[in-house]
Amino acid sequence: MGRRTAIIGTGQTRHCSKREDVNQMELVYEAATAALKDAEMTVKDIDAVVLANMELFEGRALPDMWCGEGAGAFMKHAFKISTGGTSGTSGAISGYYHVASGLFNTAMVVGFEKHSDGNTSAGMALTDPFWDRHIAAAAIGNFALSVSEYMADRGVTEEQSAKVAVKARRNACNNPHAHLQMPDLTVKEVLESPMLAYPVHRLEMCPQSDGACAIIYAGEELAKKKCSRPAWVRAAVTRHDHIYLGEVKNRLSTIRSLKEAARVAYKMVGIKEPLKEFDVAEIYDPLTYAEIAWYEALGFCKDREGGRLIDDGLTRMDGELPVNPSGGVISTNPVGASGTIRVAEGALQIHGKGGKRQVPDVNLVLVTGYGVYCWSDVMILSGRPD
Amino acid sequence: MSDRFKGMVLEGKLDLPFSYSAGRTASRFFIELRDHQRIMGKRCPRCNRVIVPAQLFCKECFTKTDDWVEVGPEGTLITFTVVYRKESHHPKDAPLAYGIIRLDGADTSLVHLLAETDVAQLQPGRRVRAVFSKKRIGHILDINHFEMA
Repeated sequence: MGRRTAIIGTGQTRHCSKREDVNQMELVYEAATAALKDAEMTVKDIDAVVLANMELFEGRALPDMWCGEGAGAFMKHAFKISTGGTSGTSGAISGYYHVASGLFNTAMVVGFEKHSDGNTSAGMALTDPFWDRHIAAAAIGNFALSVSEYMADRGVTEEQSAKVAVKARRNACNNPHAHLQMPDLTVKEVLESPMLAYPVHRLEMCPQSDGACAIIYAGEELAKKKCSRPAWVRAAVTRHDHIYLGEVKNRLSTIRSLKEAARVAYKMVGIKEPLKEFDVAEIYDPLTYAEIAWYEALGFCKDREGGRLIDDGLTRMDGELPVNPSGGVISTNPVGASGTIRVAEGALQIHGKGGKRQVPDVNLVLVTGYGVYCWSDVMILSGRPD
Repeated sequence: MSDRFKGMVLEGKLDLPFSYSAGRTASRFFIELRDHQRIMGKRCPRCNRVIVPAQLFCKECFTKTDDWVEVGPEGTLITFTVVYRKESHHPKDAPLAYGIIRLDGADTSLVHLLAETDVAQLQPGRRVRAVFSKKRIGHILDINHFEMA
């Protein structure tokens, strides 16, 4: 496991559809300075910098060159991580490795995306030139392709999906950083929103946001000195599945990368009953149906019971396991930051700095990332180092 | 609020030329499509999967594939979507239907366009058949689309 390592500070921008008041580097700077302030540190205290971003979504390459200095990279060990939607969690895991290895005492990770600067569909189309570019390159259709298959396989209904959207956008109202805050949203409104790609409605899908999120790691000694309640990393696991959808069988039902990453992470920490043992979960939900599928894959319930979990309200703020008190990716989605936000929101709950979205007495937190077509990251954070 | 600020926005567009090499394996796959209207996969000697489109190596076993196997042109529709919004890089206007198709004889599936865009007609499990383009150039769209068999 390496050296004991904890998150001791987090910072986020205000996330929304278009931030004309900042350029990309300034957006990164805003999150980085917020995290330094939260950790009561200066940039001099940071030994290593990791950036996470989707690269071509902004219509420009080399984000580390363009934006690294916004994260304090000047004359430091610094580079970028780019693994699709998992970029933000993979960046967070990389930052953890830096400190846990003992080679660096502190690391700052900044995930960011400024969707409004580019064309996301063009960014997606730039991935695979031979097969997907000409047929299934856009994100919404690509997800939608797996939804009808999942619904038929697991008996999930569109009402259950809409309930996830309602839960997410209401939770987002308690999060001052969240993009889509909809206190009065109803199931009916979700299902009456335009169908983007059968069977997915607009309000079942994540938005595209401008935003950045930073987290700061420290080794044990410094973490204890700087932070009254550090968020200790107890597990960090990454798994990658195929990149061609034709090779993936029933993506949302099987999601073997997430199942395998969770199995390994649970074993590291000794988790046997995740629904009972975790106090809060921040999981990467690109659309409503994925959240229900992840409940099943993460062992919150048995297969085919994901819909019932949402029906019974077990994942609401007042339920057995609050899932996404932040509002989740469905409410806020600066892609390269979306994974980092999950980690930051999880750490925030342990730090006791959740404000109106704080869950009481949080000790054990599950965080996940989802990217490309079916890549997964899982992290477990805890108020106790072991 | 920060998002209300109206600043200077630089608008622009770049040409993005490319000439990607397909490699030996995909080249033969495309030539078979173009010259013989055949859809080809390759078999992994270790796990025995017939992988379509043909690939140099099996990504699960990390082993080079060996035998070439003709698959289809009929298959089974596994799942589908219909996209109702036009995107600039889509091959056709909206509504655009595509699906995951398991071709007869293959162990992996092909993601490809469907002629039918009526959701009521597009049931998983339906049999479909490849329709080849009249003018073929060695491209995945040499299969123009799949139609109901």
